[in-house]
Amino acid sequence: MRRLMQRHETYVFLAVVALTIVVTALNPNFFTMENFLDILKSCSFLGIMAIGVLVVLISGGVDISFTAVATVGQYVMAVVITRYTGNIALAFAIAIAIGLVLGLINAALIYFFNIPTIIVSIGTLNVFYGLLIVFSGGKWIYTLPEWFRKFAETRVFTLFNSNGIPYGLSIVTLIWIFVIVLAALILRYTVLGRSLYAVGGCGFDKGPAERAGINIFRVQVFVYTFMGFTAGVAGVVQALLVQTVAPNSIVGKELNVIAAVVLGGASLAGGAGTIVGTLLGVFLLAILSNGLTLMRVPSYWYDVVIGLVILTSVSASALQQRRKGKRAIAVEDAQHG
Amino acid sequence: MSDLFLSMQNVSKRYTGVQALDQVDFEIRRGEVHCLAGENGSGKSTLIKIISGVVQPDGGSEIVVEEQQITHQTSIESMRLGIEVIYQDLSLFPNMTVSQNIALNEIIENKSRLVAKKHEAEIAQAAMDRVGVNLPLGELVGDLSMGDQQLVAICRALTSDVRLLIMDEPTTALTRKEIQGLFRVVAELKSQGIASMFVSHKLGEIFEIAERVTVLRDGRKVGTYSCSDLDDAKLSYLMTGQTVEYTPYNFEAAKQQPLLEVRNLSKKGNFADVSFALAPGEILGVTGLLGSGRTELALSLFGMNRPDSGEVYLNGDRLSLGSVGKSVRAGIGYVPENRLVQGLVMPQSVGRNIVVTTVRRLLAKLGLIDRDRYRENIDEWIDRLSIKVPSAQSPVRTLSGGNQQRVVLAKWMATAPKVLILDGPTVGIDVAAKSAIHTIIRDLAKSGVGVIIISDEVVEVHGTCNRALVMNRGRIKAELDMASTSAHELQDAVQQVSV
Amino acid sequence: MGEVRNRFKWIHNEFALLSIVMVAVLVLMAVLNPVRFFRIGNLQTMAFQLPELGLLSLGMMVIMLTGGINLSIIASANLSGIIAALVLHALAPPETFAGSGLGVTLIAVVAAVAAGLVVGLANGALVAYVGVSPILATLGMMTLLGGVNIVMTKGYVISGFPSAFLFIGNGTILGVPFPLLIFAGASAVVGLIMERTPFGLEVYMLGTNETATRYSAVSVPRVLIRSYVISGVLAAVAAMVMISRFNSAKSGYGESYLLVTILAAVLGGTSVYGGFGKITGLVLALVILQMVSSGLNLLQVNAFLTQAIWGMILVAVMIGQFYRVKAAARIR
Repeated sequence: MRRLMQRHETYVFLAVVALTIVVTALNPNFFTMENFLDILKSCSFLGIMAIGVLVVLISGGVDISFTAVATVGQYVMAVVITRYTGNIALAFAIAIAIGLVLGLINAALIYFFNIPTIIVSIGTLNVFYGLLIVFSGGKWIYTLPEWFRKFAETRVFTLFNSNGIPYGLSIVTLIWIFVIVLAALILRYTVLGRSLYAVGGCGFDKGPAERAGINIFRVQVFVYTFMGFTAGVAGVVQALLVQTVAPNSIVGKELNVIAAVVLGGASLAGGAGTIVGTLLGVFLLAILSNGLTLMRVPSYWYDVVIGLVILTSVSASALQQRRKGKRAIAVEDAQHG
Repeated sequence: MSDLFLSMQNVSKRYTGVQALDQVDFEIRRGEVHCLAGENGSGKSTLIKIISGVVQPDGGSEIVVEEQQITHQTSIESMRLGIEVIYQDLSLFPNMTVSQNIALNEIIENKSRLVAKKHEAEIAQAAMDRVGVNLPLGELVGDLSMGDQQLVAICRALTSDVRLLIMDEPTTALTRKEIQGLFRVVAELKSQGIASMFVSHKLGEIFEIAERVTVLRDGRKVGTYSCSDLDDAKLSYLMTGQTVEYTPYNFEAAKQQPLLEVRNLSKKGNFADVSFALAPGEILGVTGLLGSGRTELALSLFGMNRPDSGEVYLNGDRLSLGSVGKSVRAGIGYVPENRLVQGLVMPQSVGRNIVVTTVRRLLAKLGLIDRDRYRENIDEWIDRLSIKVPSAQSPVRTLSGGNQQRVVLAKWMATAPKVLILDGPTVGIDVAAKSAIHTIIRDLAKSGVGVIIISDEVVEVHGTCNRALVMNRGRIKAELDMASTSAHELQDAVQQVSV
Repeated sequence: MGEVRNRFKWIHNEFALLSIVMVAVLVLMAVLNPVRFFRIGNLQTMAFQLPELGLLSLGMMVIMLTGGINLSIIASANLSGIIAALVLHALAPPETFAGSGLGVTLIAVVAAVAAGLVVGLANGALVAYVGVSPILATLGMMTLLGGVNIVMTKGYVISGFPSAFLFIGNGTILGVPFPLLIFAGASAVVGLIMERTPFGLEVYMLGTNETATRYSAVSVPRVLIRSYVISGVLAAVAAMVMISRFNSAKSGYGESYLLVTILAAVLGGTSVYGGFGKITGLVLALVILQMVSSGLNLLQVNAFLTQAIWGMILVAVMIGQFYRVKAAARIR
């Protein structure tokens, strides 16, 4: 119990519960299976990228270029499947392959030239995105193949609401679940996962990780290609969700994703963060935005609320960290007498 | 079977321009507890690096481990031979659990791809059982005490088939109780035939457990001695090649009100009921082991660690102790223990480091720095403390340890303090520079400044101070006049209160 | 040994290195497009464009010297710009207002600077007292301010300012663009603060090693807060130039500048780890970047390609720094 109260996730969970109660009280339509599955579908796009960002943050890095990676993967995928033919597997394969290559570029710059990750990703964000717009001319793609639209409407199971309208667990959510399970397995049950936490935990000086026999380059390659992988998948998922491909629709969302992961307890210092926390962070932001909509708050207030939530959360964890640091210097209590 | 685990003959290592090791012979017996002693730059760390395979020795060197001639040794090979090194930073991962930390090396060494929590716990438990320690497997290592972290590092080394465990300065960050825990483990290893090697620049507690000590000086071996034949003073002579002549500091207290008066100062978890007085011109030693509260007390006087209760008076005026700025303006200076991290901004220039404490006193019009006075000030202090530096613009990091410490002294002496507190003023400095620093401190005291020296080197406290306080577990346990106390008696006092 | 060191000394000299790069870029421009590049009109355009980026870069650099980064600088500038625009519209509605509006302009500028100051205080307090890492604090602030900006404007453009205000971004004094004078003044003041005041010294020390600086009796929180305030005020001044030039304010103006401010600082020799970097280096870097930008503009290079090129230059500069540090270490 005491341990549970020390965990960041517990507080995020309580916040999610409290928020759910408040929103439900204001609008009972919120707490329905239909709305719940709808949220799961609509936040799967950000949720998939959040998993990638989590891995980056655990390793001690930051990445903001992933939205550009997702955009490039999505656009090239869309061009190929509209111009030629294809199927859903090919669509994912193209986007993922591009994600892996672009992720590899980030990893190489970070590892070989020792450039701070935030600077690298600010640079590559602009390179990837700028070049995509140059080559695509910024044109939107409206007409995606029929099979692509059909796949997006696939449901794992179907239910009917009181008006007889069908709803259910979307295939898109299933893809998100797949990414979650994959990441959870890697983080929990592989040596790679352990190495990742170790590299992130030793901060600026990677000496301890090297001495433990960890191949740092391999870890960095995994981190940024996995980020690229999730970005590629998310790119396709976003296209499935909105059924149009606009080169400027994803870039700019990087903050929301990072916010969700940080809300979930991952630290920019590296070495900390869990899948459960990240999912809770994604849900918190999703319920918040869904709740604001249900409460008919104008959409332009959204960023104000998100900004306040981020600042409150990072302040709370910084203060908690500080108190922990103070305890560390305390010595044995003086004896009495 | 020979009783030697490792023997080295004629080992030399030359770096560009520096002969780090010069024809050193060295040996370690099976299950022996050996100590490697020497000043900074004596070649200790080069020798460890050669033993652990991180550095290759020059031609002509011969190394035999387990009766096998070793030619091209790499760190992996050396681990396979059963040699493990625990560096001072322990190389642990604070964000991971005890069992994950202990098991990590073995899991990576085995090239397995998957791990199970249960398997990790088994590895960790097995390692802990070998030395009879019991740490909570699921706890994060960052939440453990330094002593327990040390034990985690040892257990991790034990997951491989270790025959020789090398520990670099293992006791410096440990409290007395933790050191005893460490020694129990070392004794346990010994009974299993595993040799331990401590690397240290001062022996202190290690005497209690080590059997033999090998002393290095300037890259050469001075000799290997049985620990029972040595004491602190003899060892110090062997390491430095000179006896440090400490002339007692004669101090006649004038009949006037004290400069600094501390009354019943307490801070929960740091120290309790501390009272003492300091006269102008006095050099007061504060000694005691790590965790005795000595540094915490100094930080409180410096305004960085607000006490819960009690008062401090400087020349009769009560100090607020709420901020460093206030303490410094009142006339308190503090030379911190860790020069690299706390004392100096290493990559910045000597000039900036000297002037940072007093720059607000060197202003001309519009709040701008008066450049002439700025430069004069820096040059004056470089000159007064004879700091050897090519120019005031050189980064401090390029200076020797002794000169770096002079820069720290300069930056505090420049504030014209009434009381100067020095925490470990000569840690990591060679003998010649040491006595020069002591001379500077004495001259400062003679000019009427009250000096407090915090040190765990009994010889240093005895030789430079006129009075000493012995602290333990946050309380002052003894107050001794150095004129009527021998160094041995002071040492005994420290040991007695620390049991 | 000593000789080798001397021969390689130029490697350490940021100013010399940047001057060489600047001349090289100048020569390149002269070869590629001599007539149009050196035309008075183009030089004037450059002199009008450089200041707003320059002011923002100064604000970014001050924070980078403390070892942080200010990701909220553009959002903060837009906040100041929108507040100034709202003040101008309230006191001098474009439909009815006659006259030059000097007094109104002054009030608007004061309001904008005050907004920058408040943002700086908030950022500074989060970093210095709460202990949030600069990346997270300014990232959160960026989101918050972006939201506030949209709420205040409801997403619309506020346009039409009185002539006195338009002078800030478009006027000339003796043929010199007024924004350039503002930038020159601001660089001189910031340069003086960094090089000649105790505060400046403390910023350099703090950016290199915060712990040792605290142990040197420097009030670290105060230095941090002042740095973020300076950054916020510079962003506000940049906003005045920017909205005056556009004759309008809106949330989301100048978002592509964030990358270029960091690029300018890094190219000018500011260490991304903090503690090192000079204003003169930044000014030279800005001139270089402005020349490249105008050159690309004259060659009718697509704006997004320009953006990609900035990204490549940033990465290239960082790679260059990596090898320079390596070379310097070898020489020593």
